[in-house]
Order: sequence, then structure tokens, then C-alpha cells
Amino acid sequence: MIGLQHFLIFSGTLFCIGLFGALAKRNAIAILMGLELMLNAVNINLVAFSRYITTGDFTGQVFAIFVIAVAAAEVAVGLALIVAIYRDRISVNVEDFDWLKW
Amino acid sequence: MTIMFWVIAIITLGSALMMVMNRNIFHSALFMIVTFIGVAATYLMLQADFMAAVQVLVYGGAIAIFVVFGIMLTQRGDMKQSNLFSKHAPLAAIVALALIVINGVMVLKTNWAVSNAAPPTETVGPIAELMLQKYVIPFEVAAILLLVALIGAVIIAKEVKKTS
Repeated sequence: MIGLQHFLIFSGTLFCIGLFGALAKRNAIAILMGLELMLNAVNINLVAFSRYITTGDFTGQVFAIFVIAVAAAEVAVGLALIVAIYRDRISVNVEDFDWLKW
Repeated sequence: MTIMFWVIAIITLGSALMMVMNRNIFHSALFMIVTFIGVAATYLMLQADFMAAVQVLVYGGAIAIFVVFGIMLTQRGDMKQSNLFSKHAPLAAIVALALIVINGVMVLKTNWAVSNAAPPTETVGPIAELMLQKYVIPFEVAAILLLVALIGAVIIAKEVKKTS
């Protein structure tokens, strides 16, 4: 029987794969994709809790919808920043981005 | 139910892993779409049909197209070498594996207060009532946030030039 724990371990593993992608990649767009994976894992957690722990109360799903809206805004601004930086430096390699370095 | 869960979990996690490991960023984007559809199937297993529809529309449609546009607007040179690992990949792998193990142990050790109520059959109506009654202010704030992000993205990407 599939229960809450299965979904929590599944989403935790998805989160860690996204975290690995966000930490270990060189391309700024790949890092954004890793972030999207992490946000998706969080949404699975919210929906699983709303299904198994507060059954009949939809607060978890409403918050997951808010997370999706914020993620869409984040990816729009992030890609605009990457395109603007690319015009300046002809590169999307995060190891070349050194403005904010000490 | 059990077999479906394992099939969906293996497809989703496998394509997520392929997305992270692939050297071609365009193939990574395609595997990312498969992962998003797999997450939508997970929502269906959790009896959240509205969430599954939103997931397919927003992630499988809009965000995937955004990412593909980003790749097309920025990529130069060899596409096969466009998504390489940086020098701290081994450390990141250790951190991610440790977090998977810690998360699994903690989830299995915790005593969850699972409710025995039957899953609700209708989801769209109650979600609408919650959004437009109890959470109406976060709803409006999210609308303003999307507007601000839209205008900000246009201005950042367009590079406003001084006319004087």
C-alpha cells in the first residue's frame, strides 16, 4: 500500500537531484532548471500533506498554486537577466560572472 | 495503485537524473518536460486533478517554452558540450546523497498523524472558495507579483537606453 512516506521520500529525492543540478552545473540556464525541480518537489510535499494529513482541507493545494505562480515569475526574471548578461559577456557560464566577487 | 506509483516514480526520477547528467542542454530541457509531466501524474495519484492540470499547463507548457527560448537566445558554439559540470560537482554530489539519506531516515522515523477520512471527490470548487475568501489577499499579491515580474523581465531584457 502506497502511503504518505512514499510520496515524501520521492519528493525528497527529486529535491536532492534538483539541488545537485543547481550546485554542480556551469550553465546558468541549467541552474535555473535545477531550481524548478526543487520547487516541484516542494509542491509534491504540499499536495501530499493536503491529501493524507488534512484530508478535505485544500490549503496545501492553494499554497502549491501560489508556489507555481512565484516560480513562473522567478523563471521569467531569471531568464531575462541571463539574456541581458549574455549580451554583455557572450557567455552563460556562471564561473565567468565575477561582478559581485570581492 | 502500487505498480502505478513505482512506474511514475522511476520515470520521473530517471528523467530528472538524465536531465542533470546530460551534456547537451537541449536534451536536458526535453528531459525536464518529461519530469514535469511525471510530477503531474503524481498529483493525479494524490487525487489533486486541478493541480495536475495546472502543472501540465504552467510547467509543461509555459516554463518549458521559456527555458527553450532562453537556450536558443544564448547558446553559441558546440551544443554537445553546452551543459558541463563545474569544478565542485563531487562536493555537490556528496551533499545531495547525504541529504537523500537523511531525508529518508527522518521520514521513516517520524510518526505521521495520517487522517483516515476519504479523499474528496471534487477539488476545483473548494480551491476556488479558499482562494477568493480566506486567501484573497495572497491571491491579489500574486497577481501584482506576476505583473511586476512581467514588466521587470521586459525592461531587463530590452536594456533601456538613455535618450539624452
